[in-house]
Amino acid sequence: MMTSDGMFALAAVLLHALAFLVLAIVFPLRRMGRPAAYFSVLCAVGSLAAALLAWQAHAGETVSRLVWTWLPSGGQTLATVGVLADAESTAMLTLVALVACLVQVYSIGYLSEEPAPSLGRYYAYQSLFAFSMMGVVIAPNLVQLFICWELVGLCSYLLIGYWYYKPEAARAAVKAFWTTKLGDTGFLIGIVLLWRLSGTFDLTEMRVLVDSGALPVAGLSIITFCIYLGAVGKSAQFPLHVWLPDAMEGPTPVSALIHAATMVTAGVYLLLRLEWLFALTPGVLLIVAWIGAFTALLAAVLACVQDDIKRVLAYSTVSQLGYMMTAIGAGFATAGFFHLLTHGVFKALLFLGAGAVIHAVHSNDLQHMGGLARRMPQTTIVFLVGTLSLAGIPLFGGFLSKEEILGAVWAGGLVGPFALLMLVAFLTAFYMFRVVFLAFFGASWGPASAGSEGDHSHDAGDSRDHRHVPHDPPISMALPLWILALLSVAIGLYFLIAGPALPFGPGEPEFEAPGWLMPSAVAVAAAGILLAWLTYQQRTIDAASLAAAFGPIRDAALRKFWIDDLFEALYGRVLLAFSRLIGWIDRYIVDGVVNVASAWTLTSGDDLRTMQSGRAQDYVYGVAVGLVVLLLWVRLS
Amino acid sequence: MGLQAYLTLAAVVFCIGLFGVVTRRNTIGILLGIELMLNSVNINLVAFARFSGDVTGMIFTVFTICITVVEAALGLAIVILLFRIRRTVMADHLDLLKG
Repeated sequence: MMTSDGMFALAAVLLHALAFLVLAIVFPLRRMGRPAAYFSVLCAVGSLAAALLAWQAHAGETVSRLVWTWLPSGGQTLATVGVLADAESTAMLTLVALVACLVQVYSIGYLSEEPAPSLGRYYAYQSLFAFSMMGVVIAPNLVQLFICWELVGLCSYLLIGYWYYKPEAARAAVKAFWTTKLGDTGFLIGIVLLWRLSGTFDLTEMRVLVDSGALPVAGLSIITFCIYLGAVGKSAQFPLHVWLPDAMEGPTPVSALIHAATMVTAGVYLLLRLEWLFALTPGVLLIVAWIGAFTALLAAVLACVQDDIKRVLAYSTVSQLGYMMTAIGAGFATAGFFHLLTHGVFKALLFLGAGAVIHAVHSNDLQHMGGLARRMPQTTIVFLVGTLSLAGIPLFGGFLSKEEILGAVWAGGLVGPFALLMLVAFLTAFYMFRVVFLAFFGASWGPASAGSEGDHSHDAGDSRDHRHVPHDPPISMALPLWILALLSVAIGLYFLIAGPALPFGPGEPEFEAPGWLMPSAVAVAAAGILLAWLTYQQRTIDAASLAAAFGPIRDAALRKFWIDDLFEALYGRVLLAFSRLIGWIDRYIVDGVVNVASAWTLTSGDDLRTMQSGRAQDYVYGVAVGLVVLLLWVRLS
Repeated sequence: MGLQAYLTLAAVVFCIGLFGVVTRRNTIGILLGIELMLNSVNINLVAFARFSGDVTGMIFTVFTICITVVEAALGLAIVILLFRIRRTVMADHLDLLKG
């Protein structure tokens, strides 16, 4: 059935594909830099309009599908490509289109000093990313979803390694690629197993099977767990979260788009898409919830000790993804999806705001900032809006979605994860306001204010001098910031007035959040803000003594809880040792067989050639004997 | 005497010739052995011609004898050349074909 929402969604996706193809093929345009950027932005704006239209055109709970046959096999179709436009996918599509569009506009200002050819390359990657991400969002079947999923991973790799001449960036790109690939392997296995069980890749057909109870539940847990592994990799859940903080080596707009708002939420989105499947395996859902809550806590603790503003935000993203996962694990995927949407808006805002700061200060280090509120009033306001949203303060975007998640987890009866999430809410408010107070308020920026956190030294050897006075960003960067800030507030206000009735999602099992939940969550967040204010603004609590109070945890957090070390050890010891073993087997056993055979051939040939004495008489003798043997043989047989 | 006697004679001469070819160290001796083998063939041809009353075998023998003479002349020429170059006519020193 062809409907307008499906067509609009398709248009939104194909516009980005068009931008990518033009930039990829018409290389003079790409090498010109700025015109390429304008072309890409134009396509992105068109795509945003189409996505908005698709969202508007989408009516109620109808699901419109638009599929074409692909991979025909034996008279029937093995896989299709197309569009599945329902409430969730169109909402997600709008988010992706919005953030992609704003980030592309922002990048014009942020990357204005880049050489023209690499700017063109940047926009080609950006367009490819937006196309693939939207492909994931609208995928009507798991094959298309997986292909776009991998393309998204590729774009992430390309964009993290955009400054490929920086060794850290190249290393981070490879790390991100391999870590997510680990999860993707599980995902692929899960898809294939699911296909064996159900005989289809199509989400709609599969759902019909599930609803009619025709899908055997036996063995389904392994399948859902495998699919969950893909989400673990992509959405940076423990223990595969290690790639996301390192991914901050890419340009800040990339971090905003890919590593905060869209790509990392693909895992959450996948679980949301398959929630009816996961609902059949409560055991796996429980794992999802616990891992999510644990990830949220772990990342929040790590965020408290980071001095790199982008890394704080990166860990905060990991933490919020944990929130979403917990809600899905509790069985209320819509709550997680709601948080995904609001988080996408305000985390993009935070990243772009951080980008504006980095652009102005030429450093990622919080110790090099301070007192920026006077220099950059606009940036301060929008960053504060984002921070309040993330902390879950009423009137702002993240408030209701966070309440939803906490309520969902409580209603799901998961007391343990609920307690963890409450603690995380406190830590979130604390670490975000730590950033705000350190960067925007307090002592004036510059090396003089360094060491306010005292006990661990940073090399302040940032060669860039500080004579340059930071100022608010140019209009191309300020405009996306203001749009996102206004949206964050608008979302908060809208839901405050309209109540938490979600404007999407089919009949989700409703839950009743207890009355004490909202005040206590706000109180916890306020306590976090208060602590940060006392510590980093008023300095009534000494930061060093606060750090000392949490000595072992802090030390562990500074070492990233040894998880990165563990992976490195696993890689360095186990994997490399295993590789060496395999290498040895290949060299000495597989090759050995071949070598022995060839050596044997060689020596036997060497021996046999002595038969060729070169003396004619020997040959005659041989012929004579041979003749006699032949005669005897003919005679006897 | 019947045909068999001639054939036996030819076989015996052939074997003697072959023995000579295989065992003689001197190249000239080998040539002599080859002559014997060729002549055993001639005996065969003549014997068959005689017993079947057909002269074709005899005419053929005349050709063979001519060719044998030429062959002997060529063989001896080769041996002389060989002697000039290698200073030997011993067959087991001539192993240029060795693999």
